[in-house]
Amino acid sequence: MAETITIRAEIGASVWKIAAHAGTALAEDDPIIILESMKLEIPVMAPHAGVVMEILVAEGQQVEEGQAVAIFRR
Amino acid sequence: MGPVLIANRGEIAARIARTCRRLNWRSIAVFSDVDASALHVAAADLAEPIGPAHPRESYLCIPAILAAAKRAGALYVHPGYGFLSENAAFAEACAASGLIFIGPPPGVIRAMGGKAQARLLAEANGVACLPGDPGVDQSEAALLAAAERIGFPVMIKAIGGGGGRGMRRVAHAADFAAALAAARREAEIFGDDRVMIEKLVVDARHIEVQILADAHGHVLHLHERDCTLQRRHQKLVEECPAPGMDAALRAELGRRACALARAVGYVGAGTVEFIAQAPLQADRIWFMEMNTRLQVEHPVTEMVTGLDLVEWQLRIAAGEALPFAQSDIRLNGHAVEARLCAEDPARQFLPSPGRLAALELPDEAVGLRVDAGFRAGDMLTPYYDSLIAKVIAHAPTRGEALERLAQALDQCRAEGVRLNANFLAAALRSPEMREGRMTTQFLEAARKRLLESAVKEPA
Repeated sequence: MAETITIRAEIGASVWKIAAHAGTALAEDDPIIILESMKLEIPVMAPHAGVVMEILVAEGQQVEEGQAVAIFRR
Repeated sequence: MGPVLIANRGEIAARIARTCRRLNWRSIAVFSDVDASALHVAAADLAEPIGPAHPRESYLCIPAILAAAKRAGALYVHPGYGFLSENAAFAEACAASGLIFIGPPPGVIRAMGGKAQARLLAEANGVACLPGDPGVDQSEAALLAAAERIGFPVMIKAIGGGGGRGMRRVAHAADFAAALAAARREAEIFGDDRVMIEKLVVDARHIEVQILADAHGHVLHLHERDCTLQRRHQKLVEECPAPGMDAALRAELGRRACALARAVGYVGAGTVEFIAQAPLQADRIWFMEMNTRLQVEHPVTEMVTGLDLVEWQLRIAAGEALPFAQSDIRLNGHAVEARLCAEDPARQFLPSPGRLAALELPDEAVGLRVDAGFRAGDMLTPYYDSLIAKVIAHAPTRGEALERLAQALDQCRAEGVRLNANFLAAALRSPEMREGRMTTQFLEAARKRLLESAVKEPA
């Protein structure tokens, strides 16, 4: 069954890289977005195998903890 | 003397300013927009703004820093660690602007900056390197053949990596293809999917040798440091001397580090890093890299040798000759440092940016040093690293130093961000650490147990 999941940033950070654009099929734990905070790159990973529906942020953008960054469908 | 512009921020900028003041060198801080009221600005005699918060536009921006140096009338530039400290182009730009860069010549920074070249230099000077393959042929077949020649277990490492990116341990040939694919995917995100193969050191310890070289050909070592306690391939606890190191092995490592420094024409303070397979013995210690700058963990060396490394960086830059011989370098007692960071060990050491609503650090005392970069009310932004302060204990024996540091960490408290103090205290009190049985995997492997044994934070 298809399930839509909102992916959120777990930390205040800047968006360093969009690793998978809308429409990309990913395996579990593949990176969707890579955040950068306090000199550390923090991957935001696919929670299951599925497809990236929408990326809600742009590279270089600041995000707050808990902010939605992508919509994912398993 | 001076003036010296300190091209950095946080604890290291404040610490450099402290030595400048003691030696009567005028110091000039630089600050980005978010750092205007930072502790390191207050620590210096003068301060110059260098631009927006993003490091690319301030602390990494060479024209902004050179302009600040010119405005303030600086003669010297101390780069600290991180930021531009190992950037040969910055050292060259300083020289071109008539500034004295406190560090080795640009050619040395460049030679040691490339992993492959540094390795060749080490081998050419009789310094053993970890068996490895540079990955000239990137085909899976060639890399697998290299891994088999080196012998499993191996580590696959991204050539453009660092900080643990694109690294995969492989125990058996059967797992090689999948690990290679995973390492490549990760490396590709960082712009270069090439990998190299290295022998995996099981039960690894990180040992490094501090060197000091003047511009007159004198090269000395200031003993070793053990930096085995790490998370995410980044150090958290460092000590001097290394547990289990005997005088003969210390002399041998010192000889290797000095040989390499002499061969490249090193000037200033530098560190030669080795990886060792526990227990320590000469034929199981291999060169990893040389850091051409002051290290975060330099205070443990200062406490056992009684030398101020920043003072000697300044004196060497001013052309002074080192007035001591190798046999004059003391090894007095034992020192241990812990890095107090805004991070959450309970969430895989995730950084914890935010406003430091409160910060309590122990008072300095005999045998206890605190190098702080921040105070209550400061903002710890996602733009910079998570190091808040370093707490360093010195005592006649290792056991006493570990306990003194653990007790000092018990007094640390922060509000507004997560602090790793309790976790570090638990690590210092663990049997592995007490008995000198730690490896580079220890903190991550024992994380849950250490969290459970950590003193509960006051509600």
